[in-house]
Amino acid sequence: MTDALLRMRGIVKSFPGVRALDGIDLDVSAGEVHCLLGQNGAGKSTLIKVLSGAHQPDAGTVEWRGENARIADPMAAMRLGIATIYQELDLVDGLTVAENIFLGQEMATAGFTRRWRTDRAARALLGQLGHPEISPNTEVGRLSAAGKQIVSMARALSHDVKLIVMDEPSAVLDKEEVARLFGVIRDLTADGVAVIYISHRLEEIREVGDRVTVLKDGRTVATGLPAGETPTSEVIRLMTGRTFEYVFPDRVERDDEAEPVLRVSGLSREGEFQDVSFDVAPGEIVGLAGLVGSSRSEIIETIYGARKSTSGTVTVHGRRLRPGSVRSAVSAGVGLCPEERKSQALLMAESVANNVTLATLPRFAHASFIDRAAERSAATEQVNRLDIRPQDPSREARTLSGGNQQKVVLGRWLLTGCDVLLLDEPTRGVDVGARSELYDLIRELAAQGVAIVMVSSEIPEVLGLADRVLVIREGRVVHTGPAGEIDEHQVLDLVMEGSVT
Amino acid sequence: MSERTTPESGQPAAPTAPPSEDEHARLESAAEAGGTQSALRRLMSGSAGRNLGLVLALLIVVVIGVATAPDRFPTVDNTLTILRFASALGVVSIGMTFVIAAGHIDLSVGAIMALASVWATTLASQRMAEDFHWVTMVITALAVGASCGLINGILVAYGRMASFIVTLAMLVGARGLAEMISGKRNQIAEVQGFLDFFGGEVFGLPVLVIIFALVAAAAWVLLNRTTFGRRTLAVGGNAEAARLAGIRVKRHTMVVFALVGVACGIAALMMVARTTTGTSTHGMLWELEAIAAVVIGGTLLSGGRGTIVGTVFGVLILATLTNVFTLHNLDTSTQAVAKGAIIVVAVLLQQRVAARNGGP
Ligand SMILES: Nc1ncnc2c1ncn2[C@@H]1O[C@H](COP(=O)(O)OP(=O)(O)OP(=O)(O)O)[C@@H](O)[C@H]1O
Ligand SMILES: [Mg+2]
Repeated sequence: MTDALLRMRGIVKSFPGVRALDGIDLDVSAGEVHCLLGQNGAGKSTLIKVLSGAHQPDAGTVEWRGENARIADPMAAMRLGIATIYQELDLVDGLTVAENIFLGQEMATAGFTRRWRTDRAARALLGQLGHPEISPNTEVGRLSAAGKQIVSMARALSHDVKLIVMDEPSAVLDKEEVARLFGVIRDLTADGVAVIYISHRLEEIREVGDRVTVLKDGRTVATGLPAGETPTSEVIRLMTGRTFEYVFPDRVERDDEAEPVLRVSGLSREGEFQDVSFDVAPGEIVGLAGLVGSSRSEIIETIYGARKSTSGTVTVHGRRLRPGSVRSAVSAGVGLCPEERKSQALLMAESVANNVTLATLPRFAHASFIDRAAERSAATEQVNRLDIRPQDPSREARTLSGGNQQKVVLGRWLLTGCDVLLLDEPTRGVDVGARSELYDLIRELAAQGVAIVMVSSEIPEVLGLADRVLVIREGRVVHTGPAGEIDEHQVLDLVMEGSVT
Repeated sequence: MSERTTPESGQPAAPTAPPSEDEHARLESAAEAGGTQSALRRLMSGSAGRNLGLVLALLIVVVIGVATAPDRFPTVDNTLTILRFASALGVVSIGMTFVIAAGHIDLSVGAIMALASVWATTLASQRMAEDFHWVTMVITALAVGASCGLINGILVAYGRMASFIVTLAMLVGARGLAEMISGKRNQIAEVQGFLDFFGGEVFGLPVLVIIFALVAAAAWVLLNRTTFGRRTLAVGGNAEAARLAGIRVKRHTMVVFALVGVACGIAALMMVARTTTGTSTHGMLWELEAIAAVVIGGTLLSGGRGTIVGTVFGVLILATLTNVFTLHNLDTSTQAVAKGAIIVVAVLLQQRVAARNGGP
């Protein structure tokens, strides 16, 4: 290894009631991809926020290129050459792609922005990332989650960087996108830039990582492990104290004759998807596989009424849902666990308990007075069931780690006891330890007779958990069949085919 | 730098232990280590701590009053004057707390109040006959308030217009209408039953103050203990999340505005009782006073968080301040300048407290 670029020693950071970091050590060398692993709430995001100047540590030292550094604010980190892509994307929706990329370092002459130059520079960066199709003049609010991720990345690259920190960048990307991301990472490291890479997907660590540091409960349990050679079981043991990664629960026998609960026929939305038809029986899990941008989320949001279909019908228990009406779907017993937890699901300033019960409030109310004891005990039950940490339903949602926030959203919909559950990327950002439990929970719900539709960018997850798989390409269903009769490569072929020509 | 594995520094790592036990042990030890200091901090970071700042601010204003006007400020009479003044503004500010918590703003509160007062008193003076019962006045004021609020709500929720614009239009429109109805004259409310009821006292407390207290209590329950209040915070905190959770965001927004309208109607009655007149100049600039009270109280202007107790304190602080100024015969322009400065300081302090209780 070459010289240490970054050396963090004994970093401590406490929040009211929680010691998030309890003496972390981290060494990063120039040109390496250093992976940070750890369970939800282990302190990964907090550590990198210390590094990026968003948090001030209570104790510990940061050495940058051999000299003591105090990173007082994000600008200071940028000046040192440290760029960060946060787990919760922080872009300004109302500004354009180019404006976001150069936010805070606008190219200007005497206060007048130089739009043309800005656009050209933005276009070059997007091209470098393999996304020339994103126009610098698009409003960021119109982009998909993956598109926003690319913009964040371009923003990081717009600085003269020595170290790029990426907090779960792949969570919103599909396989092809991830491959492209790895290409970019390799180019960067070849130029001597170091990368700190956080992900819950171990196979990615193995593919792109050089060394691994494992965090647990705010401490460094192992550092400098070679990413390629350390056995997966060892990494998982360090992280969780267990030895297996995750297993999919067994499928259960179902009554094939059962009347479908959810029936989608000929559903279309202009410009997004066409002629989607499928049925879901009680107890069945249907998985939608496809690339990011293939309109899977749009399909299930349309089923839920959050978007208005242009033609086609959705019926639940034989009753037709009114297009574009969430109320109609909810009262028919449909629940949606949306893709973007921050913008579509969470009330950040509210407690975990209030977040969990948001969709089921009437159940805890007598004549619209909330029975807080009942509410709290229901929330506590979900917190325990999903192992949300810290195990305190009165904490504000914004103080939870990303993975734990995801579990809060899931808890809300598990609580509804609905007949049809639509899950959009239910395990995004959830650690390997908790994944198994989530899979078991989803399967258990199905066994209780709930019809489940699940969208996931992780093909193994769709194949492992679902009974039946629909492959979506460019807004059309290109394949329907039992999950057991198709493998990952075939799905990939289906997904890619046509997008090549 | 060589590649190596370091065991957890200090103690031997026990990675095979179930994580939940680890977690507990960690949390417990952290709590012990924090000791009394952290207990204090937790107290400060709770709602008690947030309100402590407001109590202090109120105390400071009171101390200034006592120090500068020792003969006139600390008297029972003067205290009741302050409270009476605070009560009408208080009811409006409580309404405002709901709109702001729901992520909107209402600039038309003062104008709606003026319109309601004028409408009710005009009705009373046109029907001086025996058959006029003062309850008619009450109903009129409430209905006028509710209707104006409803119009605001419909335009904001279903017309998809910004609440700032809609209520600005209502401000201008309602005050204009009030001027038309009253012919820009003060309407004397000579309805004895009305004045007896609202001007009276129960156990030495003015009825106005009691109404304020009741409204505050009801609002506290509504915001903190009912589905309505919870949904208000949800709509203000993240409207998209609320919609996807099956909440009727539009209808809810409309109802919140109607609620503020009703609060303005109540305040109009209180104002008529206190001044025995209905006039189109009632409630001038009250939208700003109310917003100031709400923000001083600690409700987030961006929505999603609201506190009734804070608003009550905010109103009391503003009312006491106005009283101290009046006792010293400060002219209104000087008062306005001083108030502006004090509002800024109060909000700055409030933000400091909020930031200390957990950053962004
Ligand atoms: N602003 C905050 N206030 C209070 N506690 C916080 C705050 N931010 C983080 N925490 C707590 O610090 C701990 C570490 O959180 P962190 O976000 O660093 O976890 P993480 O390792 O990134 O997890 P994930 O994989 O779920 O993203 C958690 O217990 C979390 O609840
Ligand atoms: Mg994180």
